[in-house]
Amino acid sequence: MRLTCTVNGTEQQVDDVWEGESLLYVLRERMGLPGSKNACEQGECGSCTVYLDGLPVCACLVAAGQAEGREVGTVEGLTDGDTGELHPVQQAFLDAGAVQCGFCTPGLLVATDDLVGRSLAEGRKPADAEIREALAGNLCRCTGYEKILDAVRLAADRMSEAGR
Amino acid sequence: MHFLQPTTWAEALEAKAAHPDAVAIAGGTDVMVAVNFGRLRPARLLDLTRIEDLRQWDTEDGAVRLGAGVPYARVITELGDRLPGLAMAARTIGSPQIRNRGTVGGNLATASPAGDAHPALLAADAEVEVASVRGSRRIPVADFYTGVKRTAMADDELIAAVRIVPPSGPQQYSKIGTRNAMVIAVAAFGLALHPARRAVGTGIGSAAPTPRRAPAAEEFLAGELDGSWDSRAELPSATAARFGELVAEAAAPIDDVRGTARYRVHALSVMARRALTWAWAEYRTDSRDSPKEA
Amino acid sequence: MSAPTRTPSGAPAHLTGVGGGRVGDDAQRPDGVLKVRGEFAYGSDLWIGDMLWGVTLRSPHPYARIRSVDLGPALAVPGVHAVLTSDDVPGEKVYGLELADQPVLAVDVVRYQGEPVALVAADHPETARLAASRIQVDYEVWEPVTDARVALGHPTWNQVHDAPAEVTELSRESAHLHPQGNLVRHLKVRKGDPEPTADVVVVGEYEVGMQDQAFLGPESGLAVPTEDGGVELYVATQWLHVDQRQICSALGLPPERVRLTLAGVGGAFGGREDLSMHVHACLLALHTGKPVKMSYNREESFFGHVHRHPATMRYEHGATRDGDLVYVRAAVYFDGGAYASSTPAVVGNGGTMGVGPYVVPNVHVDCYGAYTNNPPCGAMRGFGSVQTAFAYESQMDALAAELGMDPVELRCRNAMEEGSPTPTGQVIDSPAPVAELLRRLQAMPLPPEAATGDDVDLRDMPGGVSNTTHGEGVRRGVGYAVAYKNVAFSEGYDDHSTARVRLEVVGGEAVATVHTAAAEVGQGLVTVEQQIARTELGVERVTVHPKDTTVGSAGSTSASRQTYVTGGAVKAACEAVRARVLERARSVVGRPVADLRLDGGKVVSDAEGIAVPLADVLGDEAVEETLEWRHRPTEAVDPETGQGFAHVQYAFSAHRAVVDVDTELGLVKVVEMACTQDVGKAINPQAVIGQIQGGTAQGLGLAVMEEILIRDGRVQNPSFTDYLIPTVLDMPPMRIEVLECADPHAPYGLRGVGEAPNISSGPAVLAAIRAATGLPLRRVPVRPEHITVEGPLAPHPSHARGGPLQGA
Repeated sequence: MRLTCTVNGTEQQVDDVWEGESLLYVLRERMGLPGSKNACEQGECGSCTVYLDGLPVCACLVAAGQAEGREVGTVEGLTDGDTGELHPVQQAFLDAGAVQCGFCTPGLLVATDDLVGRSLAEGRKPADAEIREALAGNLCRCTGYEKILDAVRLAADRMSEAGR
Repeated sequence: MHFLQPTTWAEALEAKAAHPDAVAIAGGTDVMVAVNFGRLRPARLLDLTRIEDLRQWDTEDGAVRLGAGVPYARVITELGDRLPGLAMAARTIGSPQIRNRGTVGGNLATASPAGDAHPALLAADAEVEVASVRGSRRIPVADFYTGVKRTAMADDELIAAVRIVPPSGPQQYSKIGTRNAMVIAVAAFGLALHPARRAVGTGIGSAAPTPRRAPAAEEFLAGELDGSWDSRAELPSATAARFGELVAEAAAPIDDVRGTARYRVHALSVMARRALTWAWAEYRTDSRDSPKEA
Repeated sequence: MSAPTRTPSGAPAHLTGVGGGRVGDDAQRPDGVLKVRGEFAYGSDLWIGDMLWGVTLRSPHPYARIRSVDLGPALAVPGVHAVLTSDDVPGEKVYGLELADQPVLAVDVVRYQGEPVALVAADHPETARLAASRIQVDYEVWEPVTDARVALGHPTWNQVHDAPAEVTELSRESAHLHPQGNLVRHLKVRKGDPEPTADVVVVGEYEVGMQDQAFLGPESGLAVPTEDGGVELYVATQWLHVDQRQICSALGLPPERVRLTLAGVGGAFGGREDLSMHVHACLLALHTGKPVKMSYNREESFFGHVHRHPATMRYEHGATRDGDLVYVRAAVYFDGGAYASSTPAVVGNGGTMGVGPYVVPNVHVDCYGAYTNNPPCGAMRGFGSVQTAFAYESQMDALAAELGMDPVELRCRNAMEEGSPTPTGQVIDSPAPVAELLRRLQAMPLPPEAATGDDVDLRDMPGGVSNTTHGEGVRRGVGYAVAYKNVAFSEGYDDHSTARVRLEVVGGEAVATVHTAAAEVGQGLVTVEQQIARTELGVERVTVHPKDTTVGSAGSTSASRQTYVTGGAVKAACEAVRARVLERARSVVGRPVADLRLDGGKVVSDAEGIAVPLADVLGDEAVEETLEWRHRPTEAVDPETGQGFAHVQYAFSAHRAVVDVDTELGLVKVVEMACTQDVGKAINPQAVIGQIQGGTAQGLGLAVMEEILIRDGRVQNPSFTDYLIPTVLDMPPMRIEVLECADPHAPYGLRGVGEAPNISSGPAVLAAIRAATGLPLRRVPVRPEHITVEGPLAPHPSHARGGPLQGA
């Protein structure tokens, strides 16, 4: 079947999609966007987290056809398309040392962007317990999560500062 | 494989009538796992995410009519006040990503004994509204589960909504998992106090071939509380303990990779005892739960 | 050597990265920007226009003879390009890290569930899966051997000391999995009095379940046929050259025609030391003449790599009334599964270091590795030591209780230090601050008491938001553990690495290029390579060449060895480059200058005020040196006594765990982990902390949740739904103190970092749970039923009884 959707602000159209394919497969194998990772394909690890109509979801659990006409946002869309400048969440992960093998990183960046964005929109920074609950669906096997928490706090501080 | 994408409920029912073997997919949190691992290769997938009606909830005759396609995240944020038991259950489901997609309708359709919503729905005496081109009907949730991953639905039926009269008293939900987040239930328990009708609702998950109530425990507790609904007297600890035992006796668990049958029974007795203690304490201190006002 | 026909998208490029940083600085990873942009290509991200997808048909049985295989129905599926079996393996049909005993594709017999039987290449993964499912294999199913002691004909214990021993006879012919029998290795360590006696004796039996590496990036790679009839393989791995050796052997091709390049690696932890899809993808590419990509899904990944050896251990500790250790007797059994993999080395570690970092005058250890029909076990972070540490640290707690001593005090009293003898007759010849690590832990403040009543946040409670307790039944416990681990390869292995370093001036700027084959698996070796080159060559810009087989072997990214060994090689190559550049500089200056050095892209002499730009010294020429570097040689241990200079270096770490246990429900919340570790020299302090935090999490996981459950040789939980690893709500905040007690024998005085924290964290958590519950828990992972209804010694139900899943 043919699939048309908007990915990172650009309309994408692909043909010959098998109906059993996931949005993750289509992004990675048909649209040339392998940033979202395929670690478990059962919604347990969060490595494939993308925005679907503004909500973070596991792309592995979205049937390709369910994305027809929808807005998809991936890790590739976090970087400023014009300047190439890193998003503050991306920079914070680097500065905090939250990236080791990096396989969980794209999903964590999208989940963190969502969390920090929502919190700041409510005029506050996320508390530690809230960060933990929000990121509980993003498994990381390398870092023990400590530096990921550091990165989220750092991103929230910087974005809150910049928003003032 | 074909991908059917109805945009109205009528179209969806027609599609299901024409293709009873079509597998309905909403949040995809069960269906896509099976597809990704080659365990499910249906001739047709019937996508329900474009039917706006399914994504709505409203109130009718004092009941909340929760569209089958409302994701758990919205149950938590929009219905936490009216349906706290279901919202507590929803909070234990997977991750935020899963809760943004997964639905109560999907939980019912899959009908896994471990489905997280079931104990809360059982305790609240929910009804499942199913429909086909032949018409719609309501099934009490306790009659909905007929076996492991089997339901009372006919092949041409789809789940339209769940109807829940918000319980007039406190509700609790507890679930055991061997990790502090992102777990499938080893055992789960839902409790609702219904002071207005002087009744008690229970629901047991992951401890029998289907989700089920604990009728003897409900009757026992309703009897014990008979004089206490108005007086809001302290609950004897022996009553809570006995209630826990009776809940556990209602279970029929097995050993599996997630836990032993003996542990499941034990955990249910502890969860039920604690849940009742918390619910009754809340009832005693919260005047809004007065039976006379309910 | 022939160039590959085509380069796929995602083929690794030179890494430059941003920022600087020398040895001792928190330098940023050169691959970091790519990783946060989603542009770093892992094995599963490789892509080339007309590539095919390869899939593997695996045995559903743990033990069976293959009567026949019918490929016809698979070949008939449109879109299928090749279907292969062992008949299509042109070279050696078996491979292995230490012993070549594992078939590339099953030959006549399958010895574990998931053993590869056949391969399919097709134009879509779904087509390939469909075709594989149509291959008809007729199996004669045999009864599997599923217990290491039964496999060896040794008595089994009943977890109770005085129960009669049972010996299960293995009379049937198929009970010997391999021609040489079921024993892979038996290591004896004998020291001191063979029949010692002591005032106080404690005996305990312990069991460690099978842990999985659970790296997030599943096995994957892309094989591209080359014009010379060879193959170029891009693959996520830990040791390119040992892969190349095994692939060449299986393909019957010389190394010049089998070129490997490291694709992005999504974590490893030992699980990529053995081959997975490597030979399979190459076979399919050579047969079809097309690029072939193979990428396992999570379920296949559980069958596609070796796991951590499960262990059963019996320990007897004797001590004086004052708490001085007199002797340790131990029997340790590692279940190696169907093929040898790293079992000999695991037995080596378990035996030589099996009494822990303590001075013990009399030691009698028997350590066995056995073949069974369980999944093959091999390398995982801290191997051999992770398992035995649970036993010896539990024993130290039991002994302390028996003596009425503080467990930390008992440990400090018996702690190794520099100059101490080891059980294998070595003398520790560098700092061994075991007691100091423990004392520092003890001095750290404890976390506040658990909240109660209205202050309870469910997320801080055992069970979390699942709302199982508001404080009821919750007891706090504190536990300590200390451990040590050999760094680098031991027992006489010729352990070395190769580095090629080039210094040149490009566009007016001095640039160093470092080329090694050392696998970057996430730990940050590429950062360390840059830091060393910046330090030694005084340049800012350092490029890391893609890791491939066009340079000599670096050895494996394992055994905490790469910063030591490849770091040592890079340092040595830099020194050789520097010597040549300074020699040249002297001729440019025209006279001998004593204190010439490289700094800021210049040749500098402080004494003579010289600062000559490198451009003036090198002109257009590059100075390049390639060299092999070795640490001090070790030696094989005596097979009868285990005596010998087995290990070149030891790493030491200690943990304190604080847990809250819901004692009624058996649920555990780890409240805090504290760690002290001696790293000799922190080359990159931020990365060191990252290793300690990550290693701690994996140890915690093994203590409370991680286990591959096997019943009758079959894996019960090959998914992230039922193989649970810690989430961010399971891993608590950490306190960490890093000591830098230099090892005079090692480059910069450094010590390997990665494994030690993975070893001491789990036993500390177990000790804390014992303290909270008062139960003599002797099996990990501890499950809720062990704390409640089934008793502390019960095996997991899947071992004992059957039954389908209760849930989804």
